[in-house]
Amino acid sequence: MADSRVNVPSVVKRGEPFEVRISIRHAMETGYRMDDTGKSIPRNVIRTFTCRYNGEPVFAVRMSSGFAANPYLRFFLMARDSGELTFEWVDDAGARGSERAPISVT
Amino acid sequence: MPRALAALLLLLVPLMLGGASVHAQRRALPLASLRSGITFAGPDVQAMQADAFANPGLLWVERGKTLWNAVGATGPACAACHEQSGMQRVATHYPRWDAAARRVVDLEDRINACRTGRQHAPPWARGSDELVSMTTYVANQSRGEPMAVVIDPAARPAFERARAFYYQRHGQMNISCAQCHEQHWGKHLLRETLSQGHPTAFPAYRLEWQAVGSLQRRLRACLFGIRAEMPPEGDPLLTELELFLAWRAEGLPVETPGVRR
Repeated sequence: MADSRVNVPSVVKRGEPFEVRISIRHAMETGYRMDDTGKSIPRNVIRTFTCRYNGEPVFAVRMSSGFAANPYLRFFLMARDSGELTFEWVDDAGARGSERAPISVT
Repeated sequence: MPRALAALLLLLVPLMLGGASVHAQRRALPLASLRSGITFAGPDVQAMQADAFANPGLLWVERGKTLWNAVGATGPACAACHEQSGMQRVATHYPRWDAAARRVVDLEDRINACRTGRQHAPPWARGSDELVSMTTYVANQSRGEPMAVVIDPAARPAFERARAFYYQRHGQMNISCAQCHEQHWGKHLLRETLSQGHPTAFPAYRLEWQAVGSLQRRLRACLFGIRAEMPPEGDPLLTELELFLAWRAEGLPVETPGVRR
């Protein structure tokens, strides 16, 4: 997808932590702003972000209005077996996004 | 007598040409003293720009790349023509004089000319997500290359208009671009450090916008700041000002997508 970037090492050592970085393009509209006519702009932030490894949730965030636009997340994981990381998120408007990154464990 | 006149003219021509080049080289900021806007930013902003992954402007580069490869309904993808040649260093030569259009065009204009002329598609609106993303993608391929615009003789009047605008006082606050960016750069305006006002980061991710925006959007923000009239994006005045700024920044590397407060 064009609206996100993910950075994961393709080869990792078994049992050793590795860094996962993901950057998502999203306006993260707070719901506190008005448009030019004084009408309130409805909140639209990414509500949930989940990272799964071979289907099993390993990292999740519940986001709110306090997050800046274009959230950038960085966390560490450990892997026992080769597999695939999947990232999924949903915003208030119901728009979904996803990314995937295969990992081979040595 | 006519012969003497001819001799006089022959003498004058090189003098006039020489005069023109001296004029072109009259710089308020000598090339050796030029400093990119990033050197005036805090270490956090510098780190954000330098990070090859976390720089949020790269999300716009990705978007531009997708658009670059997308085949339109009415014409070929950008990639169909430009596949081999690449876009390296292209951004360092813009804005430039367009002999066919008989005006100064910037990178956005050039992209839209391709869109209408080659792809037979409607031009993207100034400031639209598509145009900003595509400009960011194209300019990103000149990252690190020094600015090198050429002032075509035909563009000279436009260039001089822009130079005059730069040194003229504007707006309710009655200040010129030069007063901040040539006479007082490095000093503080409230908690901001005044930069030399170079355009090399643009299109840039501005934290205030929480998005990537064009140079013309930034120029409009400057005009808003001094409470001057703001021409709409795409106005020839702003495009010509871009040319003057690009000439002023000669030799500074392109940083697109830069990160700025």
